[in-house]
Amino acid sequence: MSERPPIITVRGLSNSFGDQIIHQDLDLDVRPGEILGVVGGSGTGKSVLMRSIIGLQRPSAGEIEVLGENMINRSEDEAKNIRRRWGILFQNGALFSTLTVAENVEVPIHEYFPHLKPPLLDEIASYKIAMSGLSPDAGPKFPSELSGGMRKRAGLARALALDPELLFLDEPTAGLDPIGAATFDELIRSLQQRLELTVFLITHDLDTLHTICDRVAVLADQKVVAVGTIAELLSLDHPWIQEYFNGPRGRAAADSYKEVAEA
Amino acid sequence: MAVKDKPAAGYRGTGEGPGDLFCVSGSLTITRAASTARELDSLADPLTIDLSKVEKMDTVGAWIIYRTVRDRGAKVIGASEEEQSLLAQVADADKPAKVRPDVRGGLYRTLNELGLWMSELGQTLVGLIGFFGATLVGFANLVRRPKRFRLNAVVQRFDLVGVRALGIIGLMTFLIGIVVAQQGAVQLEQFGAEIYTVNLIGRISVRELATLMTAIMVAGRSGSAFAAQIGTMKITEEIDAMRTIGVSPIEALVIPRLLATTIMMPLLAFFAMIMSLLGGGIFVWLVLNIPPLTYVQLLQDVVPITDLWIGLIKAPVFGFIIGLAGCFQGMLVQGNSEEVGLRTTNAVVQSIFLVIVLDAVFAVFFSSIGWK
Repeated sequence: MSERPPIITVRGLSNSFGDQIIHQDLDLDVRPGEILGVVGGSGTGKSVLMRSIIGLQRPSAGEIEVLGENMINRSEDEAKNIRRRWGILFQNGALFSTLTVAENVEVPIHEYFPHLKPPLLDEIASYKIAMSGLSPDAGPKFPSELSGGMRKRAGLARALALDPELLFLDEPTAGLDPIGAATFDELIRSLQQRLELTVFLITHDLDTLHTICDRVAVLADQKVVAVGTIAELLSLDHPWIQEYFNGPRGRAAADSYKEVAEA
Repeated sequence: MAVKDKPAAGYRGTGEGPGDLFCVSGSLTITRAASTARELDSLADPLTIDLSKVEKMDTVGAWIIYRTVRDRGAKVIGASEEEQSLLAQVADADKPAKVRPDVRGGLYRTLNELGLWMSELGQTLVGLIGFFGATLVGFANLVRRPKRFRLNAVVQRFDLVGVRALGIIGLMTFLIGIVVAQQGAVQLEQFGAEIYTVNLIGRISVRELATLMTAIMVAGRSGSAFAAQIGTMKITEEIDAMRTIGVSPIEALVIPRLLATTIMMPLLAFFAMIMSLLGGGIFVWLVLNIPPLTYVQLLQDVVPITDLWIGLIKAPVFGFIIGLAGCFQGMLVQGNSEEVGLRTTNAVVQSIFLVIVLDAVFAVFFSSIGWK
């Protein structure tokens, strides 16, 4: 795996809002074909890191490369070419509320390929919706008519609209019940394997970390303090990491994962 | 370093047996989706598709191939393992999902919309009366237990609704005074009756315009704000939280706002009258050479005191209506943030409409009791 260059490279990233420093000299690599989980306490700037990588937040210093292209100071036209190669699922779905689910999925396709005929567009939207695990009657519904879990799936369908190589997920299982969260984890895993995606996943969900993440990056003290598998992280002596994975919740998640793995 | 998609050049050939052979080379992705679909459509059945020269395929490409196989019984040859798995995946996801909502034809839809509109109108009216009742109960409770009265909230609303509106209302009515004077002067000049411009300014400002324009401005400024504030509080479940703690939202939110608009409206209307008369006065002084002192004397002669009463009696009623509509629409918000915008618009439209209807009723009423 090491011979292939990383999909995302972040070097020396710094972000601050006024006096408040969010990141300082942060480095991170995301390897092709992996699911990288990003964890950190509230306010450690997980979302800010994602927003910097996808270009919604201008960092105060640092280099960011995505899919081999430098992301800082790109013109809007150049950035568009990179944008069609990734998909993003925002925390609450960020679906366009005035469009139906199917129309939401069609927005990115229509934006980049306006010459596609409506019947083909509808067919594409329809199989993307099915791929995301939504029921067939979800297509003509509006986001306000969907439950939280369905909204996330619809957001995922939109993120997958352009067959991206890279998928950003911001707390995909937050606010879902444990069963819904587990099925969503499975869905992400199976999509990632079948479509050969690289996934950048922000989460607080310890179960998600155990079941689907290949590696986990820990954000603390304004930088990425460690990246590795959970076993590697556990051998480190960082107080936050120890408390996170060895706290009561961390242990419960690890135990249940072990049980599943053994069964 | 992005891999440029090479065109998927399909060419016809004759395969073994009858029918066309479609050989795809290069990349079979969304970039070439439209042209590939078109080329496939132009070929005759039975079709054989050769994928052996495909370098890159995505789900859209796979879907187009899959669809041809499904609908036309085409045969696929030369697919690699990866391509086969991709084809299997899209086949897996082929569930006839509905994409568009059902649309019924013209007459049905028109009747449906008319019915919905009528029932909504009825519900709004009933709801508004119900809400009016609830506020009266709230007032009654406050009178019985005056300690629950929220003086701070009320004073804060006075500031927002009244004091902060002075600038814009003053400027607006000042300009309206000038416009009325100018238009009046042009028309009356034709009869050599410019002096009656003062009658026009005085009576129309005091009796009608100042109060009406103030009401419209307060509806736009404060009525909309009420609806948006209360609506947002409903979405964030603050109102539910209040109820569970035992605080009545009517007492805590609605009554201070209603008091503010009801009490501030006559004060603002009086201020608006003065500003309008001032605007008109400056115009007649500069253009018609009527000095300020004469202007004031003329006003005293031609504007009966009942005009002032009419203007000031209407004002609190308008204020109450504006506050009521704003709070009512805010309370109706449920669901999403789009609803807040919708309800805010409704609050403004409804309150201005009601104000103008009531203004007409007042006009007839005051004329018939002899205040002409």
